[in-house]
Formats: sequence, C-alpha cells, structure tokens
Amino acid sequence: MSAWAASIDERPAAPAPPERAPGVNDFSCTIATANGTGSASANALLVRAVFRMGVPVSGKNLLPSNIQGMPTWYEIRVNGDGHTARTGRCHLMAAMNAQTFPQDVAAVAPGGYVLYDATAVPSYRWERDDVGFLGVPLSLLVGEVSEDPRQRVLLRNVAYVGALSALLAVDPTVVAAALSERFAGRPELEQANQRAFELGFDHAESRVDCPLPFHVAPAHGTAGAVLMDGNTSTAIGCLYAGATVAAWYPITPSTSVMDRFGELCARYRRVPDVQPADALGGGPAGAGDLDTPAGQRDNYLIVQAEDELAAIGMVVGANWNGARAFTATSGPGLSLMGELLGLAYYAEIPAVVFDVQRSGPSTGMPTRTQQADLLEAAYASHGDTKHLLLFPADPKECFDFAVVAFDAAERFQTPVLVLSDFDIGMNDWVVPRLQWDDRFQPDRGRVLSRGDLASMERYFRYAPWDDEHVAARTLPGVDPKGAYFTRGSGHDSLGDYTEAPQRYQEVVDRLAAKHAAATGHLPEPLVEHHGGARVGVITLGSADAAVREAVEELAGRGVPVDYLRVRSFPFHAAVADFLRAHDRCIVVEQNRDGQLRSLLVAEAAAAPDRLGSVRCYGGLPVTVPDVVDGILLELGR
Amino acid sequence: MPSITKPLIPAVRRERNALGLTIRDYEGPMSTLCAGCGHDSTTAALVQALWQSNLEPHRVVKLSGIGCSSKTPTYFLRSAHGFNSVHGRMAPIATGANAANRDLLYLGISGDGDALSIGLGHLCHAVRRNVRMVYLIENNGVYGLTKGQFSPTADLGSLSHRGEHNLVPPIDPMLLGLSLGATFLARGFSGDKAHLVPILEAALAHRGFALVDVISPCVQFNNHAASTKSYAATRAHELHVTDLAVPHAPVTATIPTEGAVDVPMPGGGSVRLRALPADYDPTDRRSVSAFLHEHAGRGEVPTGLLFLDESVPDMHERSGSSRVPLNQLAFDELCPGADALDALQAAYR
Repeated sequence: MSAWAASIDERPAAPAPPERAPGVNDFSCTIATANGTGSASANALLVRAVFRMGVPVSGKNLLPSNIQGMPTWYEIRVNGDGHTARTGRCHLMAAMNAQTFPQDVAAVAPGGYVLYDATAVPSYRWERDDVGFLGVPLSLLVGEVSEDPRQRVLLRNVAYVGALSALLAVDPTVVAAALSERFAGRPELEQANQRAFELGFDHAESRVDCPLPFHVAPAHGTAGAVLMDGNTSTAIGCLYAGATVAAWYPITPSTSVMDRFGELCARYRRVPDVQPADALGGGPAGAGDLDTPAGQRDNYLIVQAEDELAAIGMVVGANWNGARAFTATSGPGLSLMGELLGLAYYAEIPAVVFDVQRSGPSTGMPTRTQQADLLEAAYASHGDTKHLLLFPADPKECFDFAVVAFDAAERFQTPVLVLSDFDIGMNDWVVPRLQWDDRFQPDRGRVLSRGDLASMERYFRYAPWDDEHVAARTLPGVDPKGAYFTRGSGHDSLGDYTEAPQRYQEVVDRLAAKHAAATGHLPEPLVEHHGGARVGVITLGSADAAVREAVEELAGRGVPVDYLRVRSFPFHAAVADFLRAHDRCIVVEQNRDGQLRSLLVAEAAAAPDRLGSVRCYGGLPVTVPDVVDGILLELGR
Repeated sequence: MPSITKPLIPAVRRERNALGLTIRDYEGPMSTLCAGCGHDSTTAALVQALWQSNLEPHRVVKLSGIGCSSKTPTYFLRSAHGFNSVHGRMAPIATGANAANRDLLYLGISGDGDALSIGLGHLCHAVRRNVRMVYLIENNGVYGLTKGQFSPTADLGSLSHRGEHNLVPPIDPMLLGLSLGATFLARGFSGDKAHLVPILEAALAHRGFALVDVISPCVQFNNHAASTKSYAATRAHELHVTDLAVPHAPVTATIPTEGAVDVPMPGGGSVRLRALPADYDPTDRRSVSAFLHEHAGRGEVPTGLLFLDESVPDMHERSGSSRVPLNQLAFDELCPGADALDALQAAYR
C-alpha cells in the first residue's frame, strides 16, 4: 500500500458483499455455440424480445476470429436499472456446444441453471449438484420441421430461443412478432421458424417449472430507446453529416461501418438522373454500373481501396477537394495510415477516421476488444504530429460524434480520429433514440468562394489566420486566384517551400496552437461528483458502463469516488481541474500500458505519483468486478 | 520545392490559343532540377500540350508523390492547384480528389520509383478503376534525389554510376498496364518533343486512366555509357510505333490511308495514328502485348500511342455516381432529416 492510500480515507471498506442473487429483471445468461451456425441472429432475436418488453438488456459477442466451427459465446445481461456492463457472472447457461460443455457448466454461478440439448447427451461427469440441468431435445424437436440438415441447425437455434423464452418468461408473442418481421415475404421460412420456436418453448414449459426464479417481467425501461450497434450508428452519423466519399479496406471489426453506410446511401442518396452529360465526361455514360437502378444516380461514392494507405490517401484527396470523406479501420489499418495522417496534419487537410479498436499488438485478436490505439492515434505519423480524437462510449455517441468529427475536421483543417472499439461497434446496446435537429448546418470551415477571392489582392494558403489559428483554404477549379501548392515538405506561413528555421517553426507552432484551440469544439468530459470524494476515477469509451456501475457499488461499500469520462483529445481544462481537485485519481482503461494515463501525464499535467491505474486488457469487455477490485487494490483496501 | 520566379512579361509577342492564353500562362516558376534533366524537357512538352489543348489552367489539378519527377508540378500551370503528397501515394490522392469533383482534369506526375516501386500497388488499382486522369511516369531508371540507386525500370545487367550491376529484371509499365486492363497506354521520350506533345494531348483528352511512360534521362546519375536510360541509348533504341497528330479546330474527316488507324477521341477531335509497322493495331490488347514483348526482348523502346480503348466507363460512370460533382451537392440534398431518422430507427426497436 502506498502512503497516500492510507491518508485519504481511514474508514475500512466494507467487505465484498456475498454473490448477489439474480432476480426478476436482474440476471445474466450466456449462450455457448460454435460460430458459423447462425446462432448470432437467434441470440439477437432473444435480446430484441427482452428489449421490446421494456427491459434494459445487453448482448456481448465473445467470438473467435474464425468463420466456422470455433467456440463462441453470447452474454446477455438483463438489468431493470439499466446496467449493461458485463458482470462476469452467469446464471443461466445455454450450453449448445459439446466442445466447451464442461467449461460452460463450470462457469455457472451456484444456484444457476444449464440448458442443454438432450438429443445427444454430452459426455460429462455431471459433477455439479449446485446447478440445475435442464435438458431439451432441441435437435430432435426440430427434426419434424425440416429435412434439410443446414436448416435444422438454424432451427435448433430458434428452438433454444424458445426454451430460453419459456424459462425466462420472455413473451412468446413478442418473439413471434419479431420473427414475422425478420422473415417478411418468406412465408415458408417464417412458418418453420415459428414452429421451431413453439416446439422449444412448449417443451420447456411443459417439463420445467417455468419461469425460473430469475426472469424477465415487462417494464418501461426502454421507452424512447433503440437497440443498435455502434458501427450502424456511426454509418448513420456519416450519412447525416453529409459525407459523400468513403474509402476503406476491409478489416474486422470496422467492416460493418461501410456495409451499413453503403446500405443507407443506396436507400437515401439515390436521385433521378436529370442532368445533361457533363463537358469532360467520364467514359460511356452509365455503361458499367450494375448496381444503381437505371435512371438514377448516386449522391455518394464508396471506394474499396487496395489497402489502408490508399484508403486514407483517397480520404485526404477528397477532403482536399471539398468533399466530406471518411474511412473506417482498426489498429493494423491505422498503423498503415500514419504517414498520410501526418501529411494531412501538416498540409492542413480535413480527414475523418473511425478506428474501431481491436486487441493488438500486430494482428492481435481481431474479434476481441481493447482501447489500445490511444497513443498511436494521438500522435500518428513521424515528426511532431498531434491529432484530434473523439472517444464515444456507446452507439448513441458514435452517431453524435461522427457529426462532430466532420465539423471539427473541416473547421480545423486536420484529421479527426474517432476511437470506438469492438464492444461498441459490434454489439447491440440499448441507447436513447438518435436525435436530429433539422436546423443543423454543417461547419464547413473557412473555404473561400470566387467572390471572396475577387475582393482579395492576393491569396496565401496559410496566412492570415484567425484567432483559432486557422487560415482559409480554397478548392481546386474555383478560381485561378485561389491556386496554391499543397506540400508535405517544409513550408512557411505563405505556403512557400522553406528550410529556414524561423519560417518553418512559425508554421509548426501555429499548428500546435490550432490543435489546442480545437478543444472547445470537441465534446467536454462528463463529470459526476459524489459529495466531497477525495478519489477520482477517470475512464473513457466503452469502459463507461462498467466503471459507472462500479462507482455505484463502491459508494454502497463506503468508498465514494468521483467520476470523469474523457470524451475527446486534446483534454479540456476540466480534466486538469478534476486531477487537481482529487488527492488521487485512478484511470480505468482497456490496455496494458495505461495509455490514457500516459496521455494525461503528457498532455494534462497530471502528477504521475497521484495517478493510479486499473487496466483490463484480456480482450473481453471489462466487467464490473474487474473495476471494483482494481480500484480497491489501487486504494490498498 | 525551391523554385525561382520567371518573368511574366514576354520578350516577344506570343501566340494565343482558343482561350486567348499564351504559353506563358501554362508555365510555372523556373525549375531547380539539374541542367539537362529530362524532366524539364517533359515539363516543356506538357506545357505545350496543355496550351494546345485549350484547357483552362485552373481547371487542371496537378498531383505528385516524392522524387525528382514529383517536384515538376511546381514548374508548370502556376494558376492550378498542386498537391505534392507523399512517396508513392499520388494515385490514391488523385482518386479521392477525382471522387470529390469529377469535372476537373487530374494530371499526376510520378517517377519510376514513385510509380513502380513504392507506389506500384496503387498504380495497378488506379488502372483497374479507370480513374479519369493522366498518370505520367518520368522514367529515368534511377533514384535521383537519393543519388543513384537502381529503380524498378533499370534494365537487367545495366550499370549504376558507381559501376554496380543491376541484378533484377525491370518492370515495363506498358506491359503491366496492358495486363491490368489499362485503357490508354503511351510512351514517349523527353528528348523528342515533337513526338511527345501529341501523345500528351491525346492523354489529356482520354476519358479514363491514361498511363504515359516518358523516358526521361537523368543527367547526373544515369546518363553514362553503360546506362540503358541515357539520351544516347534511348535515341539509339527508340522505335516509333505510332506517330500522332491531334487536330484541334474543326475535325476534318480524314480518309484512312493504308496502314493507318483512326481512333475517335470523345474529349475533342480524333487521333490519327500512322502505324509503324503498317499492321500495328493499338486497339487489340493481345497483339500489342505480343509486340511489346518482342521488342522489349530486343532492347528496343517502342514509343507512341501503344494501346487505346475508349469503350470502358471510368470510376464514376462505373459507379453511377452523380453527374454533379459530389463536392458541390448541397447539404439538404445529402441529409435525410429528422423524420427519416425516426422512421429509420423503427427497425431498431
């Protein structure tokens, strides 16, 4: 225990409470399957049904980096109070994967239950007598619905959803409605799925005392909310922000950002083709397009690039030319983008990058989550380079921050990186409904029109600058007077090449001032005080849910702590204020090296000896006990 | 790039093009490349071609990567936007710029290292996408700015200025382009301006990706007796495959003479090709490939318009993207609005 820990609070922490018993609208259920068996959509169905019953719920995919056959888990947490972080507890295990059956049984909390497919009983020494085993012959049941082996696998999934629904009092009419929507227009498939659901439901209900002591009860906890993943909301944000060009290279777990963006654009950005052929042309009109319907044109262009170097290059080129352009990537892609991010920073070109973080280093664990790209993103590229970063904590913020990102990138003529992660991007979250104000006008930054240029004697790219240290830019093709030469080589404040120390320094110093000036346009940190606490907890991004719940639990155990979540970089003054106002701050983050802590020391004048660290970096979303135990350990309790 | 301003007042009266501009309006500041550099001759040919093509200077976008060749966009079209980016990445930058505004003319200047070594992957994919642009490789077989290392076009067994042998075979950008489905392939020689200018004019008029390989000797590091990219070697081995003449004013119907192929140029006028040999057909990918292989094997440098296919849609037409440049669409055309957002979220309830 370090000296400060004893000094800040003499009261001993209350002992850890006994394992909290699950209850109505308060339990966790895990579904163990093999990947590639279609279980993901069945699992999502169950979660959606709980959500529609008005009960806050989360579903976390703990999946392998593999296409078919490897063990995968889906953790569902149902919590009427809206806590959606992982708890590390499992009250009901749907053990559908024989490969992992023993470990899955072992994971169940005492007093919990195991649902298994009793068609072929797994070879297992039924050694636990503190859990209930509930066998339902799922495969056998669905055998009557379909002859097709592949179809039977899919139907078995729906059958376990049926059994779980009976056990957990999930309203079968809600599930039936969701199935109808999913298979709309395909009556045979719908019928088969409805039948499989009923078989699972009826079998469990007739043989088990349903519902279990912990289960779902209709509530009003999800009114005004949506159940959405962060990659989807990111794509919606880009659509609403007016992005017209997207360039990308496929990489887990960011790929669905572009999948969704493409779908949204096909729906909202197709317009009748009314314009006459343009002067320059571009080859035979429409001759090669196979996807845009005849007579329509796309108000967007998505380019699947040859690699991430090209993806960011295209984004830089398009933004330089006045389009809102973005890319989505993950760690390995971000590494490749470094050099061009440096160019965009130095030549002052907007760019928006969504980094859906995964576990590194190197290839790491592509389907596992982490917050380990912070330092890479903050300083991406060689030389003195600093970027603007946004840290959304959930899909709602992914949407909001996407819009902020384009505005900030154009206003400050610089890259903005939005750091989401696998947990936010690929899991469904209950979040408030996304809101849009039709009065919104994008901040396109300082771009000179023909008229602006006409009133100027001469135009220089990097002078004069305004009080936010931003100089006006011009777009190619608008007016000869606006022409300038963009370069990543040393330049002076007029944009001319230079190797003169003073003239070079004047520009890089202005860039540093511009970076700092952007702070006021980025989301401020969220702070919660708990009545004079002398310890503060600082976190970011997807760790928010677990840390908030941990803070509540700690308060209940006599360890009050204040809470701050950073939402952008550079840090607002409020971050330094918070650091100063507490005897001790503990940074909770999902990486090995305490990257946020390092960034706070380097950029928010945090005193290292007063800054503790809790780091969870195994690749699974941080759990509440991880945070509680980590903070108590840091406090020497 | 360091540069020296040129006097704008001409000493002699200069001819004006259809836009009323003199050739000086297409120039830039003085070059800081070495005296005698092939790239400066290429720049001069480019200035001539741009002037003859009656292009508004500010409607052209100049792009480059890094290297001696990539410095040259400074030295022409002072009233056009220029973008000297990073090594090898000119093609993606140009692709993005073109995506944002399809109405401008994109002129990329690269070198053999920039295009065929560090930027090779990007070049290949820009060819595949048929991005409407001119991609000019100023090819000297050597890295100049780093003082004389072999580039990917250095011929097998050729000697560096330090006397080392090049041990790996070269990449021929024309053969490469053919295999990738390029729609315009031409090669010229910086030391033969009369032949190069029409090639560049044709490239500027092409409605797709025009790849132009210009043999452009490096006087410092690759102009010695043992070099195969020197002025002397290129002159000795240059083989004019096709000569071009691009009619400017009203297109007169030219009656094909024996051994000639007329290729219509949708950008304006037509290109009349006088084929040497008589049966050279620049629209037939297979025979062009065979021809290039055969002549490369003999150490010859076939020049002229080597291949042309005007039937392929460019990146925008292939995608069905808006005829109005994407950077000119109003925000209310792009943002679906609050009601649509509410409706859209019904699927997430």
